[in-house]
Amino acid sequence: MNIYVLMKRTFDTEEKITISGGKINEDGAEFIINPYDEYAIEEAIQVRDANGGEVTVVSVGTEEAEKQLRTALAMGADKAVLINTEDDLEDGDQYTTAKILSEYLKDKDADLIIAGNVAIDGGSGQVGPRVAEILGISYVTTITKLDINGSSATVVRDVEGDSEVIETSLPLLVTAQQGLNEPRYPSLPGIMKAKKKPLDELELDDLDLDEDDVEAKTKTIEIYLPPKKEAGKVLEGELEDQVKELVKLLHTEAKVV
Amino acid sequence: MARKVLVLGEVRDGSLRNVSFEAVAAGKTASEGGEVVGVLIGDSVSALANEMIHYGADRVVTVEDEKLKQYTPDGFSQALMAVIDSESPEGLIFGHTALGKDLAPKIAAKLESGLISDVTSLEEAGGNLVFTRPIYSGKAFEKKIVTDGLLFATIRPNNIAPLEKDESRSGDVASVAAEIKDLRTIIKEIVRKASEGVDLSEAKVIIAGGRGVKSEEGFEPLKELASVLNGAVGASRGACDADYCDYSLQIGQTGKVVTPDLYIACGISGAIQHLAGMSNSKVIVAINKDPEANIFKVADYGIVGDLFEVVPLLTEEFKKLKVNA
Ligand SMILES: Cc1cc2nc3c(=O)[nH]c(=O)nc-3n(C[C@H](O)[C@H](O)[C@H](O)COP(=O)(O)OP(=O)(O)OC[C@H]3O[C@@H](n4cnc5c(N)ncnc54)[C@H](O)[C@@H]3O)c2cc1C
Ligand SMILES: Cc1cc2nc3c(=O)[nH]c(=O)nc-3n(C[C@H](O)[C@H](O)[C@H](O)COP(=O)(O)OP(=O)(O)OC[C@H]3O[C@@H](n4cnc5c(N)ncnc54)[C@H](O)[C@@H]3O)c2cc1C
Repeated sequence: MNIYVLMKRTFDTEEKITISGGKINEDGAEFIINPYDEYAIEEAIQVRDANGGEVTVVSVGTEEAEKQLRTALAMGADKAVLINTEDDLEDGDQYTTAKILSEYLKDKDADLIIAGNVAIDGGSGQVGPRVAEILGISYVTTITKLDINGSSATVVRDVEGDSEVIETSLPLLVTAQQGLNEPRYPSLPGIMKAKKKPLDELELDDLDLDEDDVEAKTKTIEIYLPPKKEAGKVLEGELEDQVKELVKLLHTEAKVV
Repeated sequence: MARKVLVLGEVRDGSLRNVSFEAVAAGKTASEGGEVVGVLIGDSVSALANEMIHYGADRVVTVEDEKLKQYTPDGFSQALMAVIDSESPEGLIFGHTALGKDLAPKIAAKLESGLISDVTSLEEAGGNLVFTRPIYSGKAFEKKIVTDGLLFATIRPNNIAPLEKDESRSGDVASVAAEIKDLRTIIKEIVRKASEGVDLSEAKVIIAGGRGVKSEEGFEPLKELASVLNGAVGASRGACDADYCDYSLQIGQTGKVVTPDLYIACGISGAIQHLAGMSNSKVIVAINKDPEANIFKVADYGIVGDLFEVVPLLTEEFKKLKVNA
């Protein structure tokens, strides 16, 4: 089986977020594999181990994403590809990223493509379904289970807490939801092996793409932090009185009940 | 610039979800004085068309087919593309729900358009329609504009106020024919886990329990409080992992993102991943026996105490308030 994983390097949102010069301050921040893409990588490895084949992890980004791609190789992926846009593009949006990924994937005869359901920084959840549509293959989002049987697949999809059991066939793109699996940590031998695995780097030129072909359709004009919440009111006194006061405050001050 | 905006209504269990009316309100803003056209897709949906008009749609277009009884990306995109072909809209608004999240990127890819997802507000400013959306798990916000082509957005439930319902409004309801065929994904079974009653992502009041609730039975007082306030019950991952409740209740980075008017956190410590799902709630109340718990940092009101004492007292007080109201 020819398996591809779409991986985004993301800002670790557990970190404190600050803004400088109208942008999220990245100095000294931790960067990680988008957590949903870890599920995607793990699932790809498991599918390969059960069915044979090869796992290629692809990322659109800058040179800095090499670190996360190496981690994916250390987990057990076979190959990694970085599509480096640093020299070619200033701006981009989901249209840009999906178009680049699709252009790369279009002649790869992928049987299965696994993405995360959402990136924890950008948070749109668009890239997976967009890529599937451009490639003309079907997709199932937010999956919690994947069973492959020859060229057919049975997938469990999380729909706001309910589960749908879906039957479909390959080629297929799925996006990973929490609960799909437990991603492994890279082992020491894994890390050693990863150093020798191929990590190819491509630029837009290699995909026969021009800047104009992938020009963003939307633009960010401002980034800001939510207004700092004033310290809340912790009530005091007898418990019964606190409860009475809380109900009164919710009714007359906050006016939410 | 006046424009024609299509708004996708979303049907669940035979009625329109609230987010449909919020989307109509967003559509109205986005239309800048143009036309707002509701779209309903399903096996039998035309009876709901007037409600969209009562909430502000100028008219409604329906696509009905028994193959559209359940949502599939192929079926719904074929239906919607038929409507788009006949209406040639300049704007599209969906809810940022399971359905909207799944369908919108597919439509955007078909139309080669941009898409601004998970919008919490929109306004006209300086000749542009400006969309605001949370990024970095709700820790920051960005304002975005469309620079090329269709104005396309999905809106987060519970953030954009619907327009006043006006039952005297009327408008045209027409059906569009679409050939629904070759569905590549087939739904074999739907396992309902989400609790009956109020929909968590649309609830105005949420009572959430954490590991402090201690057992499945521990959720009972929370359920009683929720029913008095016509709210929904939610949970932290701590409670889900401990099997006190189903994962369908989980709120947070890897669960649901909610923005109710009132969020009451009971026995929840306030881990960053939990806050990612609820910190934009309008009013947050924390009940926790540990005065140092992180949840108090985001709470508007806090009670330090045992939730098993506080919650039943709260239920009684709210009952009194409801009787007097
Ligand atoms: C040149 C360039 C400049 C950019 N500049 C900006 C900017 O200034 N501001 C800004 O906010 N964003 C910028 N972006 C990023 C872009 O807006 C989105 O962040 C990106 O398209 C992913 O969208 P998302 O974060 O919503 O991911 P989602 O759609 O939520 O991601 C879902 C899944 O898609 C896959 N995926 C997403 N992104 C990638 C990727 N890059 N590589 C491989 N797989 C991926 C992953 O599997 C992920 O889990 C830029 C992108 C490019 C190419
Ligand atoms: C990648 C990742 C994703 C995650 N996603 C999520 C997510 O989506 N949602 C989520 O919630 N978590 C998520 N988590 C887990 C998160 O980090 C916390 O572990 C979890 O939120 C803790 O749950 P809790 O607050 O219920 O439990 P605890 O942290 O154990 O807190 C229990 C609290 O109850 C209080 N308490 C105990 N008894 C009582 C009593 N009788 N009365 C009053 N108070 C009492 C205690 O003082 C304590 O503050 C994620 C973690 C990771 C690593």
